[in-house]
Amino acid sequence: MLLIVIILTFLLLESASGDAVDAYLLSIGGGDAIVAKSLRQSYGLDQSMLARLWLYFTSLAKLDLGWSVAFGRPVLDLILERLPNTLLLMGSATALSFGLGSALGIVAGAKPESIRDRTLSAVSLILYAIPSFWLGLVLSIVFAVQLRWLPTSGIETIASGKVGLARAADIARHLVLPVGTLALIYMALFIRVMRAGMAEAWQLDFVLFARSKGLSRTRIVLRHVARNALLPLVTMLGLQSAAMIGGSVVIESIFAIPGFGRLAQEAVSGRDAPLLMGIIVVSAVLVICVNLVVDLVYTALDPRVGASENRA
Amino acid sequence: MTIAHLSRRTLLQAGAALAASTALPTFAHAQAATAGGRLIVAADSEPKNLNPAIVASNGVFFIASKVVETLAEASFSGKDGLSPRLATSWEGSADGKSVTFKLREGVKWHDGKPFTSADVAFSALKIWKPLQNLGRLVFANLEDVETPDDTTAIFKFSKPTPLQLIRNALPVVSSVVPKHVYEGSDINASPANVKLIGTGPFKFTEYKPGEYYRLTRNADYWNKGEPKLDEVIFRVLPDRAGAGAALEAEEIQLAAFSAVPLTDLSRISKVPGIKVISKGYEALTYQLVIEINHRRKELADVKVRQAIAHAIDKKFVVDTIFLGYAAASTGPVPKNAPEFYDPTVPTYAFDVAKANALLDEAGYKKGADGKRFALKLRPAPYFNETKQFGDYLRQALSAVGIDAQLVNADAAAHQKAVYTDHDFDLAIGPPVFRGDPAISTTILVQSGIPDGVPFSNQGGYASKELDDVIAKAAVTVDTAARTDLYKQFQKLVATDLPLINVAEWGFISVARDTVVNVSNNPRWAVSNWSDTTLKS
Repeated sequence: MLLIVIILTFLLLESASGDAVDAYLLSIGGGDAIVAKSLRQSYGLDQSMLARLWLYFTSLAKLDLGWSVAFGRPVLDLILERLPNTLLLMGSATALSFGLGSALGIVAGAKPESIRDRTLSAVSLILYAIPSFWLGLVLSIVFAVQLRWLPTSGIETIASGKVGLARAADIARHLVLPVGTLALIYMALFIRVMRAGMAEAWQLDFVLFARSKGLSRTRIVLRHVARNALLPLVTMLGLQSAAMIGGSVVIESIFAIPGFGRLAQEAVSGRDAPLLMGIIVVSAVLVICVNLVVDLVYTALDPRVGASENRA
Repeated sequence: MTIAHLSRRTLLQAGAALAASTALPTFAHAQAATAGGRLIVAADSEPKNLNPAIVASNGVFFIASKVVETLAEASFSGKDGLSPRLATSWEGSADGKSVTFKLREGVKWHDGKPFTSADVAFSALKIWKPLQNLGRLVFANLEDVETPDDTTAIFKFSKPTPLQLIRNALPVVSSVVPKHVYEGSDINASPANVKLIGTGPFKFTEYKPGEYYRLTRNADYWNKGEPKLDEVIFRVLPDRAGAGAALEAEEIQLAAFSAVPLTDLSRISKVPGIKVISKGYEALTYQLVIEINHRRKELADVKVRQAIAHAIDKKFVVDTIFLGYAAASTGPVPKNAPEFYDPTVPTYAFDVAKANALLDEAGYKKGADGKRFALKLRPAPYFNETKQFGDYLRQALSAVGIDAQLVNADAAAHQKAVYTDHDFDLAIGPPVFRGDPAISTTILVQSGIPDGVPFSNQGGYASKELDDVIAKAAVTVDTAARTDLYKQFQKLVATDLPLINVAEWGFISVARDTVVNVSNNPRWAVSNWSDTTLKS
């Protein structure tokens, strides 16, 4: 699977017009033919496509992700430098949106078709339709430029010398706007999935049974209806993880957060094949891990899904 | 950490400079005599090789020029438009085969070793000539650099090399790096290409990829009393709207190179405490140019090219696309280069009727659908303005019956399509005029340039007359005669139109009012900033 992903990425980048040398010469304002030739030689771009692909695989087998031509640094260093920022940003955004989204989804789904439900549905629809760059800019203008409550961009205060808790608090302040922007947009999705799941569960026989047993409404909503509706939400979370690890090019650019999404974008515009493939390999591995965790969560939520049980 | 207990926030709350003068004794290098302070500047790119001796580009100079110095910098008032830095004087021999530089005494590298003529000789022979993107051309005939003593460097050329060219090129090609750091290693792979060591007013202290570069005051700078600032921080802000917001929120104090988009300028100029400055880029003029593929039979006809020139309303381009922050061009040399500029070249007024008449005359009558022929138009994606001009040109050409099909691509793809594959009929490019036509201007029209050289004549244009003038100017030592040849060059280009010059523009800086001594030389953004300071 991973193999196919790598080959496809390689071919895709290969089919794009222009190579790393074109991109580099452009960034330095030009150079002559001899410079271009020697650069191509030093990047190995003068070799055939197959030879380069083979070289990549053999070094990957040795767990060597190679050398980024656009940055002039080892790919692994770049990835390890950027990944924590993205995980922090996307992790908190996903956690926040999942928490808020499922809570609001329960509120909406507790009484389908009520005014409360309709209002929340409308709000979530609007949030979902807002482009993230617009929301990000608006929040930044209001809270950072006008009110000056929060910094406009960056991951932490430049060369502040802060350590420990002070530094964590500083990073948290910087993350409020980007995380808030992403969370608002993701939240819309979670509200809708949760609400739809609950509306469906209300129709089921066991809910009728629970009601005839005389259980309190709160108990029915939380223990019976919501718990059943949580399953598709967790599936959603698993799918979301792929997007999460890829980072958000838009939000990372607007808020100047050196993350994975921006790195991927820079790799593409710099035609940096080793870097882009490194990013994809690492993301693929992480997505596989997250999905494993999601599967394990299933077993906790739904006793019918057994980890050891043979369902064939 | 020299600034352990001082966050940027506290700095800003108290007013940057005020705080700097009162609360900064924690700075290791801070001296009571200087105003001090930390200047935070928006940067939009992080060059992988920051060594200006190898990569002579604006992106590199923006940061590196504060650390690594050139022999001379550009100046509004100095002799020959230069202000001496590491060199104090320069003199050419009558035969054009040698140039003698007297070097400044008492200059030290940031690692404490003395700067001598050996460093200049090493930089010139081992880096500028063989490795530097522009030096390869300017110093093509450099044979040797003699160093009779520590403060004299004599450049020896195998063929006559005009002093005028060397002089005009000095601010761009003459960054001196320390011999003792680079000698005996692979220069291209040296760690000092990122962690720079120079003689400049600021030392390279810290680089956090994706976040910022930090330069700190060089207390041993040769020009006593400078630099005025304690720190310069280049903060990486990839989003253009982000730079404007950060300025308004007083998180940064300066955004150069039009980091704040033109469309935001009229609004941001009204914000109290912010100034918009269009000065300081006179020697960094960008030119909006239509590159023409002369392999297309229609475009090989000079009448068609003239018709295209007549079809363009340059005033509209300047007023609407550049919002007035540009000037209409007359030819391949911009008005900002008064030494060379010739206003008497043939010009092409906006005249649709004349354009139509010229096209009829050339034999390309309008078909039943009102179209004469179709063209592939590739606007370079590097600037908003080049893309917008692509849209405009398509409309302007359709008014004279030429059906231009826009092909948009990203930077690397555009580069390959135009400069290697020649897959274009018209392209829109932003070449730079670098102080002398021989540096990066004649190459735009000269014939015989191999494929794959960006920003060069890849349109297949060849004119013996023009080539001869360019070749002659390259070896003409006498300044007046050489200048005359470049006036001829401009006339030939404006007459035969191997390419069409539409407009020329410099960048815009936006700064907080507290930043003093901004834009006081014609290459300010890429100069040393040793006199720049912050006031409260």
